[in-house]
Amino acid sequence: MGEVRRHKRHSEGALHIGASTPRADAYAKVTGAEKFAADYYSSDMVWAGVKRGAAPHGVIKGIFTDEACKAPGVIAVLTHRDIRGSNRQGVVRKDQPVLADKKVRHCGDAVALVLAEDRETLLRALDLIRLDLEALPGVFDVEEALKDGAPLVHEDNAGGNTLLEAHIQTGDGLTAFERCDEVIEGRFETPWQEHAYLETEVGWAQQQNDGKVVIVASTQTPFRDRAEVAEAIGLDLEQVRVIAPYTGGAFGGKDGITVQTLLALAALHSNGRPVKMWWEREESFIAGTKRHPTRLYYRLGAKGDGVLHALAARLYFDTGPYDHLGGVVMTLALEHAGGAYRIPHALLDAWCVYTNNPIGGAFRAFGVTQVTAAMEQMMDMLAARLDMDPLELRLKNALTRGEKTCVGVTLTGSTGLVECLERVERHPLRTERYAWKAAAGPFKRRGVGIAALMHAAGYGTVVPDYANAKIELTPEGKIRIYCGVVDMGQGNASANAQIAGSILNQNMDSMELVLPDTDRTLPSGSASASRCTYTFGNALIGAAEILKNRILQKAADLLMAPSTDDLTLAPGKVVNRATGAQIPLSRLGRLMAESERTAISHFRAPVAKDRLDVTDELRLHGLGHAVISYGAHLAAVEVDEITGAVEVVSYLSATDCGRALNPQIYEQQIHGGICQGLGFALFEDFRVEQGTVKSPDLATYIIPTAPDTPNMESLPVELHEPTGPFGLKGVGEIATNGPAPAVANALADACGIRMFRLPMTPERVLLALRGRETR
Amino acid sequence: MKIDFRLNGAAIQVDCAADRRVIDLLREDLGLTGAKESCGAGECGSCAILVDGEGKLSCLMLAAQLEGREITTVEGLASEGRLHPLQEAFVEKGAVQCGFCTPGAVMASLDLLRRNPNPARAEIREGLAGNLCRCTGYQKIIDAVEAASKIMQRRERP
Ligand code: FES
Ligand code: FES
Repeated sequence: MGEVRRHKRHSEGALHIGASTPRADAYAKVTGAEKFAADYYSSDMVWAGVKRGAAPHGVIKGIFTDEACKAPGVIAVLTHRDIRGSNRQGVVRKDQPVLADKKVRHCGDAVALVLAEDRETLLRALDLIRLDLEALPGVFDVEEALKDGAPLVHEDNAGGNTLLEAHIQTGDGLTAFERCDEVIEGRFETPWQEHAYLETEVGWAQQQNDGKVVIVASTQTPFRDRAEVAEAIGLDLEQVRVIAPYTGGAFGGKDGITVQTLLALAALHSNGRPVKMWWEREESFIAGTKRHPTRLYYRLGAKGDGVLHALAARLYFDTGPYDHLGGVVMTLALEHAGGAYRIPHALLDAWCVYTNNPIGGAFRAFGVTQVTAAMEQMMDMLAARLDMDPLELRLKNALTRGEKTCVGVTLTGSTGLVECLERVERHPLRTERYAWKAAAGPFKRRGVGIAALMHAAGYGTVVPDYANAKIELTPEGKIRIYCGVVDMGQGNASANAQIAGSILNQNMDSMELVLPDTDRTLPSGSASASRCTYTFGNALIGAAEILKNRILQKAADLLMAPSTDDLTLAPGKVVNRATGAQIPLSRLGRLMAESERTAISHFRAPVAKDRLDVTDELRLHGLGHAVISYGAHLAAVEVDEITGAVEVVSYLSATDCGRALNPQIYEQQIHGGICQGLGFALFEDFRVEQGTVKSPDLATYIIPTAPDTPNMESLPVELHEPTGPFGLKGVGEIATNGPAPAVANALADACGIRMFRLPMTPERVLLALRGRETR
Repeated sequence: MKIDFRLNGAAIQVDCAADRRVIDLLREDLGLTGAKESCGAGECGSCAILVDGEGKLSCLMLAAQLEGREITTVEGLASEGRLHPLQEAFVEKGAVQCGFCTPGAVMASLDLLRRNPNPARAEIREGLAGNLCRCTGYQKIIDAVEAASKIMQRRERP
């Protein structure tokens, strides 16, 4: 547990920034040797599992555990009465019980925790627990939830069912619409999106003899988890250690507590035996968080020449019964509601609303996916009204560096939207689109659609976005990086090796990675918000430079060189260029004191400096970002007029995410984001009726498969970001935002129908084609 | 019950319930955690193994069905520290992100290449339709299988 990851690859030259070096983690993953949280087993292990309320809203009158307790092989059955701490968890607002006490507020609420000798016994025992729930009327619609007299999800919440609301006015607000020549309106609905990571929520925990609870979990947030776990179950911070291996996918769904607290609680009752909890797929779908469903009302006004003038939007986010990260998601959406366009007048209102639906939470691109789906369709609707080319309309209004977004944030960093649009404009998929469309076969229609994107990285103005990197020259002469930011699959661990390796001129074989562990690595924030390589990378550059100087100085001392000027690092050694003398790193590592061969550096990300006229609460929730990536996407689709099926034939993206440190990893992020975005656009229909999940498995909730996915081209537009490590900006999220609007716009281009509701399933497309759902 | 079979080239006998799922036998009892469980219902492909050279989902197989068979898991592909060409291609082409689908995708690709040694890209896509990946968008997996098929064919030619 918490071991160092070494890399078995044939030796190549030293690592370089900008090289498509295969990922350091790939070897162990492709041989099956990598140990994920799911892969922890031991012979004396106990299985833990959760009894869930299975009702959307109800008062808990009784929890009857006697029968389960008596069943052979059952070690313990725990309820809220067994929790000594606050029994509350949550990232911003701690409103979610670990084990429900007074009420259940959605079908996935955990009510009892069972520890058993094996999985079969566990399942039987869970069945033996009886709940006496007095049903309460539920609330399942965001706008209904805000009405007077709606059932309250949290009776003690001052705002009723409002978790957070926000109102931003810039310029003249609504009155500016009077001066517009064209005004377009649209009402959009976006569904839940399930993360559907292949590794469902899982972890392993054990209480040591000294009382400390060690948790190995599939998580994006080990340091935050530690604090939450300790408070919720009444332990000191020092009594909790969280270790975070590579996750088997996370995408925001593991940005916060899933199994961690339950596991720690179980470990307190297992007599020192290790405990494993692994949610089944259905449990993951029911109890895990999802992308917030939204209802978005848009009004966009422009002058006759296509210059945008005014925007009004009302945004409703359904966060289910718990905040999780709902308020923060809504706030990021609000900041992006008007896209990367010059809009001098805006009135934006947003509500994040409690309901008895599944829990809304972080999902790659964090609210921006939803508003981009709306805003980028609005742009095409406006272009159609003005009889303008959609790309021209975007170029005309695209923000450039130094300008302000419609919420008043000044773009101080590199701003490459125009460049991205121009790359798409010159591409054959765009220039040859008329011929391609005309070549559609019988009963097929073809269309090409675009979308322009912006995506801000980091935590915003108030919550400190920092990292602490530690690096070590080991006595064996290896370079060991201690990183507290989880690699959930995006490859930041490998990027770290590339960054440090390039500064120290070492090859991959010399690099060792210590993965996040609250005892061994330093707090560096969450793996989220397109911040991992940007923030930690900057800290790591500092640490690697310190170490480099120390190594060279020590080598100069040993080689009796007058200064370090002639010395240079080479793979495995330091070389004196003047004399040819060499000294291996292993020797230096043995001769240097630990304090000398270990370096630490801190980095704190820059924040937006604008004095925005918004509440402190909104600032706390993140409003105002300084580092922003941009993109332009193009989808070429073919629609089957008989079946309504939409096939995405080709997909193009141009992305300004600063310098691509590793073009292969850059492409991986773009491909993955596009594919998830295509799922959101076309297939992923998470169905919930009266709070009950009707698509509880991968047979009913369809994510894209290999044949569903088009060939994707991903052009990097490498503008240098002055604050980024080697000029990099975040690339983890932005691509997710493009497919829904690009495909919707392509569909409109192909057959003149506008889809206001996602996903664009064949049934809905067919209905729209028959004119029943067109507006 | 006692079950005899070959596992990654070596004869083995296990003593377990006849209806123990093969995925549990491999992961829990034998410590081979390469095959992953992601759905337990035949919907994702992450538990794929080879049984007598043929791709099978180990979450849908019971231990008794292994009697006398030749089982290969992802752990059995590399020999003497040298990756199988397919594994090598997954690494080089960037087909691995979180890696949780990777063992299943590799095993399914082997099965595909056994049936069709020189597949077109569309055939690779169809062949891997049962293997979900939430990270890669599949393109680099297709690249890897395509590259590996060329290398494997070259090696097989005299
Ligand atoms: S775990 Fe076997 S197919 Fe999903
Ligand atoms: S690499 Fe993560 S699921 Fe395929």
